[in-house]
Amino acid sequence: MAEYKILHDKSNCFYETYERKGELRNQTHYCPGCGHGNAHKLIAQAIEQLGIQDRTITVSPVGCGVFAYYYLDTGNIQAAHGRAAAVATAAKRSRPDSIVISYQGDGDLAAIGTAEILHAANRGENITVFFVNNGIYGMTGGQLAPTTPVGAKSTTSPFGRDAHNDGYPIKVCELLSALEAPVYLERVALGTTKQIMAASRAVKKALENQVKGLGFSLVEILSPCPTIWKLSPVAAQERVRDEMAAIFPIGVYRDRTREAQPYPAPKPAPPAEQIPAILGIESAEGVIEAAKPDRPVDWRIRVAGFGGQGVLMLGEVLAEAGLEAGLEVSWLPSYGPEMRSGTSNCHVRVGTHPIASPLVTKPNVLLALNEPSLKKFLPTVEPGGWVLYNGESIPEGIQVRGDVNMQAIPFTQLADELGEAKAGNIVSLGALLELTGMLRQEAVDHALAHLVKSTRWLEIDRQALKAGRRAAHAREAERAEVCQ
Amino acid sequence: MKPQLIKGNEAVVKAAVLAGCRAYYGYPITPASEIAEAAAYYFQQTGGHFIQAESEVASVNMLYGAASAGVRAMTASSGPGISLMQEGVSYLAGAELPCVIVDITRGGPGLGNIAPEQSDYRQVVKIGGHGCYRVLVLAPNSVQEMADLTTLAFDLADEYLTPVFVMADGFIGQMMEPVTFASEVRKVTTPDWAVDGTAERRKNLVASIRIEADDLEKHILHLDAKYKRAEREAVRYEAFMAEDADLVLVAYGIVSRICKSVVEQLRGEGLKAGLLRPITLYPFPEAKIRQLARTASVFGCVEMSTGQMIEDVRLSLEGRKPVEFYGRCGGNIPSEEEVLRFAREVLKRSTPVVVSEEVVHG
Ligand SMILES: Cc1ncc(C[n+]2csc(CCOP(=O)(O)OP(=O)(O)O)c2C)c(N)n1
Ligand code: SF4
Ligand SMILES: [Mg+2]
Repeated sequence: MAEYKILHDKSNCFYETYERKGELRNQTHYCPGCGHGNAHKLIAQAIEQLGIQDRTITVSPVGCGVFAYYYLDTGNIQAAHGRAAAVATAAKRSRPDSIVISYQGDGDLAAIGTAEILHAANRGENITVFFVNNGIYGMTGGQLAPTTPVGAKSTTSPFGRDAHNDGYPIKVCELLSALEAPVYLERVALGTTKQIMAASRAVKKALENQVKGLGFSLVEILSPCPTIWKLSPVAAQERVRDEMAAIFPIGVYRDRTREAQPYPAPKPAPPAEQIPAILGIESAEGVIEAAKPDRPVDWRIRVAGFGGQGVLMLGEVLAEAGLEAGLEVSWLPSYGPEMRSGTSNCHVRVGTHPIASPLVTKPNVLLALNEPSLKKFLPTVEPGGWVLYNGESIPEGIQVRGDVNMQAIPFTQLADELGEAKAGNIVSLGALLELTGMLRQEAVDHALAHLVKSTRWLEIDRQALKAGRRAAHAREAERAEVCQ
Repeated sequence: MKPQLIKGNEAVVKAAVLAGCRAYYGYPITPASEIAEAAAYYFQQTGGHFIQAESEVASVNMLYGAASAGVRAMTASSGPGISLMQEGVSYLAGAELPCVIVDITRGGPGLGNIAPEQSDYRQVVKIGGHGCYRVLVLAPNSVQEMADLTTLAFDLADEYLTPVFVMADGFIGQMMEPVTFASEVRKVTTPDWAVDGTAERRKNLVASIRIEADDLEKHILHLDAKYKRAEREAVRYEAFMAEDADLVLVAYGIVSRICKSVVEQLRGEGLKAGLLRPITLYPFPEAKIRQLARTASVFGCVEMSTGQMIEDVRLSLEGRKPVEFYGRCGGNIPSEEEVLRFAREVLKRSTPVVVSEEVVHG
């Protein structure tokens, strides 16, 4: 009997026996001569050589390679068809010290998963992709792949791939090399021993790049599928060497491994006790609870106007001031199609009673900052309620309601006189406070200080509040005179 | 902590960070976009990461990757995006991965509109993906609950090893109310089963595949047992003046608040109305509904849809009592006045019956 010297032992990165496989635990499920087997070997070897077995996570999506977890003694995640690059992205971001491999077929990567691979590459994810291109859908029994050669028959191109019907084979390395981020893109083949040795170097390099933190690396592996191609293992290898390599030229498409800088490490997490402050959550310690009003109040306010008049902001100030005053509050914006048409309105509730519905369909306060809003909401105001309209007088054609308190004050004009027409919303707030005594001045001051970040605007808003109060006071005085 | 006035969508994010969530993946869509925006702002400052994914398909698969790696992860979207995520949700359920998905619902079908609707009930609660699985679904009706139920969602996801949805209509997402947040950040440990790229967890595998029929059947039955346990242990609801009510309104989300107002008004008039608000839409408060059926003479389901949850109400009742429906859709909200009218009519139609004991099968 001849003596053999074993030059390449089975890599330690393979399981000794394939327990997850069920039957036939000493052999793989791959067909004789299948390129997947060789690709696995190269990957296992590289992992072993780089000493990264404990850190490695292999992501295997659907295709003949989905069972990579039978064999590779690494962490394993089986993913949905086409989504390996997205799964790998998040596994790596979640565990930056791990080494993440995305192992994908051509249907997986270049058809159903095109978006995911393109964007993972474009973000420069620090993952390693092994792309096994066998020009066919192996697992499902030989349908057309995005990489099937023109003219080649498959079960779904029974007359041969017709470029007018099916397009042309997609060249993934060429495609991805149009992107800025990838550091390393190489196409190798499993057609000859020499090619396999070159493939081995590429596989190792692609993993090493990740270990160094350089970014996105992809190795496309032209690979035989003797079963579907209906060729012997040897003839299938020859086809890889002669036919596939002619369509998909072997070579390096991107190599920035020398000049690439390692990605900066993710920012360390702040100490847990600092996180509430980062989130803007303040301790209740030392907060003095505001004195509740001595009688029940229930303000149901509708603010409405054009977009840009600060309708939503005005509502927010009211709600914030209500909260400051120790009341129950809610603020609900109109959003959606209405927003586009240039009008804006919000529902605000401020009261002593817990708020059931935040919707205000029968307001007892209407702040109408433009005419359409007055028209639209005036009929909904509850008898005895307040209506403040932004104008010199109630426009003609609008029936003045005797059962509500209606005031027309030119808020925008008054704000304009202060130098900022946009502060008209706060002028109207001043008038509202003066007329109704709804909220204490300090609560409103607090709310404004909380919401208005610019000191210039805060000053303008303070002036606007005063101007609103003055105007309302004058109106009331006039009214009193008329009544006498 | 000091209460703060905050939008529902933002409250979700702060609560998630406090719950120890450190991974967010999402694609913008109104009315859920503020969640992605707040996550982009806060996650990166708190030791987490944020990726604006290329699609909801990618988002949900990123969720799968992060959950596999054993970190608390979330995404958020609305109807059209949730539709796209359904394949991934099936994989997450199959692989028993915990994560949180927030759905801020809008009008459909197709592009529909961005106004609030409750028409994702079927695709979320009754599941929209393939296979025998369920997802737990929490339905907040206030901004405080947007925070509290987000926290709960992460805990339930870990307990049941399954995706948990927080489903709220556009109004609950967009409105502002005062919220008191937790004072401390939750400490999260890496689960034993995670695939995290360490020596001690190297042998781990996350997969939804089970090639042999017997294996898959066993797996499915194991999943089913979890759901049965949730049906026994995880049900939440709010019953408001329901115990002696002739008419029990059933509503969730913003509609439940309108209904609460209606119940208060009807009670003020001496009419016996009550409200049952499911907080968990799955598991659904079936037993509670059957219990209320002993005393109520009629149920009234109010939804912002043409009637989706009503199917669960009917299934729960098993024909014991009639169920009437009032719904608005397309972005319209049933107003208090409309619901009042509906409730009064229903009450008028149904003469309260005294139920003798043998008719009742709790
Ligand atoms: C969403 C979805 N669509 C279709 C399939 C069926 N399917 C499984 S593998 C596969 C093609 C695999 O081809 P490829 O990625 O080239 O891998 P190969 O088997 O050739 O290595 C298809 C279409 C699936 N699993 N999921
Ligand atoms: S069908 Fe082709 S790709 Fe699949 S195992 Fe067999 S040879 Fe390999
Ligand atoms: Mg293939």
